[in-house]
Amino acid sequence: MIILLTLLCLALLVIVVIQIGRVSEMAGLIRGEEDVQNDSNYWNSRLGLVFMVLFLIGSVASAIYYKNYMLGYGPHEAASMHGIAMDKLFNMTLFFTGVVFIVTQIVLFWFAYKYRGIEGRKALHISHDNRLEIVWTAIPAVVMAILVVFGLNTWNEIMQDIEPGEDYVELEMTGYQFGWIARYPGEDGVLGSRDYRQTSGINPLGQVWEDPANHDDMHTNEIVLPVNKKVKVRLTARDVLHSFFLPHFRVKMDCVPGTPTFFVFTPTKTTEEYREELSKYPEYQVREDPNDPTSPMLWETFNYELACAELCGTGHGSMRMVVRVVEDYEYRAWLRNQSSYYLTSIRGSDHDPFRGEDLEIDGMDDAGEPGEMEEESTDETDEEDEYLSEVSEEDDETETE
Amino acid sequence: MAQTEVAVMDATDQLIEKYGYDDHFHDHHHGDKYQTNFITHYIFSMDHKIIAKQFLTTGIFWAIIGGLMSLIFRLQLGFPEENMAWLKPFLGKWIVLNDAGVGSISPEFYYAMVTMHGTILVFFVLTAGLSGTFSNLLIPLQIGARDMASPFLNMLSYWFFFLAGVVLFFSLFLSTGAFSGGWVAYPPLSALPQASSGSGAGMTMWLLSLTLFVVSVLLGGINYVTTILNLRTRGLGMWRLPLTIWAFLVTAIIGLLSFPVLVSGFLLLFFDRSVGTSFYLSEIFIGGQALDHVGGSPILYQHLFWFLGHPEVYIIILPAMGIVSEVLAIHSRKPIFGYKAMVFSIIAIGFLSFLVWAHHMFVSGINPYMAMIFVLFTLIIAVPSAVKVFNWLATLYGGSIRFNSANLFAIGFVSMFISGGLTGIFLGNSAIDIQLHDTYFVVAHFHIVMGVAAFFGTFAGVYHWFPKMYGRFMNEFLGKLHFWSTLIGAYLIFWPMHYLGIAGVPRRYYSFDSFETFSHFSGMNQFITVAAILVFVAQLVFVINFFYSIWYGRKMKVKNPYGATSLEWTTPIKPGHGNWPGKIPTVHRWAYDYSKGERDFISQIEPLSEQEKKDSIHH
Repeated sequence: MIILLTLLCLALLVIVVIQIGRVSEMAGLIRGEEDVQNDSNYWNSRLGLVFMVLFLIGSVASAIYYKNYMLGYGPHEAASMHGIAMDKLFNMTLFFTGVVFIVTQIVLFWFAYKYRGIEGRKALHISHDNRLEIVWTAIPAVVMAILVVFGLNTWNEIMQDIEPGEDYVELEMTGYQFGWIARYPGEDGVLGSRDYRQTSGINPLGQVWEDPANHDDMHTNEIVLPVNKKVKVRLTARDVLHSFFLPHFRVKMDCVPGTPTFFVFTPTKTTEEYREELSKYPEYQVREDPNDPTSPMLWETFNYELACAELCGTGHGSMRMVVRVVEDYEYRAWLRNQSSYYLTSIRGSDHDPFRGEDLEIDGMDDAGEPGEMEEESTDETDEEDEYLSEVSEEDDETETE
Repeated sequence: MAQTEVAVMDATDQLIEKYGYDDHFHDHHHGDKYQTNFITHYIFSMDHKIIAKQFLTTGIFWAIIGGLMSLIFRLQLGFPEENMAWLKPFLGKWIVLNDAGVGSISPEFYYAMVTMHGTILVFFVLTAGLSGTFSNLLIPLQIGARDMASPFLNMLSYWFFFLAGVVLFFSLFLSTGAFSGGWVAYPPLSALPQASSGSGAGMTMWLLSLTLFVVSVLLGGINYVTTILNLRTRGLGMWRLPLTIWAFLVTAIIGLLSFPVLVSGFLLLFFDRSVGTSFYLSEIFIGGQALDHVGGSPILYQHLFWFLGHPEVYIIILPAMGIVSEVLAIHSRKPIFGYKAMVFSIIAIGFLSFLVWAHHMFVSGINPYMAMIFVLFTLIIAVPSAVKVFNWLATLYGGSIRFNSANLFAIGFVSMFISGGLTGIFLGNSAIDIQLHDTYFVVAHFHIVMGVAAFFGTFAGVYHWFPKMYGRFMNEFLGKLHFWSTLIGAYLIFWPMHYLGIAGVPRRYYSFDSFETFSHFSGMNQFITVAAILVFVAQLVFVINFFYSIWYGRKMKVKNPYGATSLEWTTPIKPGHGNWPGKIPTVHRWAYDYSKGERDFISQIEPLSEQEKKDSIHH
């Protein structure tokens, strides 16, 4: 039935189009070729002008209309240090290209209109003009040179690795079909070694349990980062290519099986600060569920998101993970609340090479608190504990989800 | 009709008779042994004009298929919640019904459509359909040759293309589905059937199809280059060639140098898939199993792929540029402005196209220092491109512009090329590309600059040379309807995608529900889908016009309806085998003597007047 309908529609279209064609052809025969051409020049050159005006107005107006949704504008300014430089470069390019775009589109359709064929008009025989051509080769060359210099400066800054001795947070992200595994190095600050052959359901990253550096490594179900501190994200993939994309932070880097990559950046706005900023915009001052007046406002539910930006299969569009940027003390409190994957899932099982042996790290397991840990400055610990007791209920909820 | 033509010898014929060169072609080819029956004439033809039509009609077929595929995935993107059960009679098991009978497009099929759309449009339509059609049609006609240097290879070139199409078409009906890993076919996704069902038999057929396609491109390319360099008629120096020929020459050279690299990349991929080598695979755990492959790098594939992939976009756009230069000049009644600058910019673009490939890979894990050199060359390529745009604008200046469908599409091409070219400056700068890479900004950029623009170049060429191909004109009213709806519609489809991209929305997503950041644009996505459907219908107007006009279009009554200078318009209205019935015309001037002195145009076959000879000595 549906196929029949489609065929009928197609047949109708063919008939209509052919009839229109025949009528116009006959009208042309009556009026003469030259007349028809002059008429066409008259109308189409004017249509071109109308199109040009509407097109330029439309492009500017739509850009303004969507401004607040676009990153870099309205509430969506970059939430990272390098992102601000990147947005600046974007706007600089937008300025140059915008000017060229508007001028050339106007000239194109204006010339087409002004020099449309009319009776008695004779075209000029101009084959070239060396001076003019040198000028319009040189100008784009200069503009490009400016953009290259600024661009590469920005690029080189962004791509800098951590300087020796610098203070930074390190974590490892592994993409798989279809999700992410976040790994924090734990107390020792070292990510334990991996061997992909040891990957299994119980050991999703193929961590080598003989390596003590692995014993305190933590798998987390969200990425939590302290604000204003450098982060180095080590990136790997377990099966196919993935790409670590944090739109709000202007971060993107492919995760390549067998070839580790990394990205260094500094978050500058906590999630709370970002929400605060969003709350000033009417688009975000609506209920999450418009039919339910008790549901939270849209800005209250905002979260930074991690997405995959390299086609990895059918679930490509579902590789989401929440990124939370918090104050430093909240970060450390959160970190202390995370538990080592080894201790929670491997220790004492068949997979544990040290089964039955005593390990220094075991203290943590029994007490639920690090046993041999050095005491940090008391002020900070207090602050963390206070914070922990506040959020513990909340955390429980999210974890059970 | 035919009798009067033979009887009356017009001024063109007299010029050819007087100054032409007698190669005794028709003495040797008496009775035309190549075209004695239907099969040798229309199917296994060695005549470049027939082969051109074969490429064109096959290209149109694939464009319709590829366009329909885009509508399917646009339906998913625009209306993810709608019931798609009505598509079930067409798509069968790829429409999945839930318990309530509500149908949705399966993700596997969605990605297969995305992949096939890209493959078909890039290779089958905009490479074979564009370059194959016009290189074949125009090279011999515009350089004054009887045919291609090797008509046999030329025939093989088409049939390899045809075969490539057959293989790809059959892969659509595999039970595991067509290949669905994106037209770039990055491993490991494309290498491992465990990673995606389309990466099994679908990928094998995809590889086979594209390898056959490369054979076709190489056979064609060798022919184009040889013919242009060796078979130009007397007096036709390189600096007298129409810009179309320059564009086809550089295009063919780029193809010859870059496509073999693609095949080598495919070969290694084939080994990884079938023989157990590890060129691209390393340390993979998939389907609950750790694979044995160690030491390879998926990035190597990306280098090999983009070493073709980037020149490929110039393979697509250069012929369109050549066609547009020619069409704009003829219908503005002016010489193309800055002919030499145009030639040098074609050569510069061709050369630079080999030095920019890694700008597709800024964030793929290559050394950041390597990216720097590619930023530099990528932005340098904007300079010859800008020169071309300025020269087109200057060609319009002071003209007496004829607004017909061909010229409208040429003007539309310039508009599209500007809009799409400028966004390339954002993407070419690696620092900005970090954010925009693999978002809808890229989709908008390349669809406008090499998709729509190349289509506009093709349309300009089809409307312009249709009379040369079929002896009839296409309908002008329908042509203009086609132009305006496509120009407006194409901008409506692709312009909003820039905003999606700047908002960070990644391409190749099946749906955007999972992410708060990407979920604000359902209205825009619906709008784009509706615009895409309308633009597709507008293309059907072209298709109907095309086929109707072949048999019923207005007849071409004069040899040179546009008052053009180049050689193809000195052939009979329906040129037979060998193109010119008697002698081959010889050339005495360049291809752009329009509005010179008192004359509207002076054909290339007309010798210089006494006055012109004096002038040329003074210069």
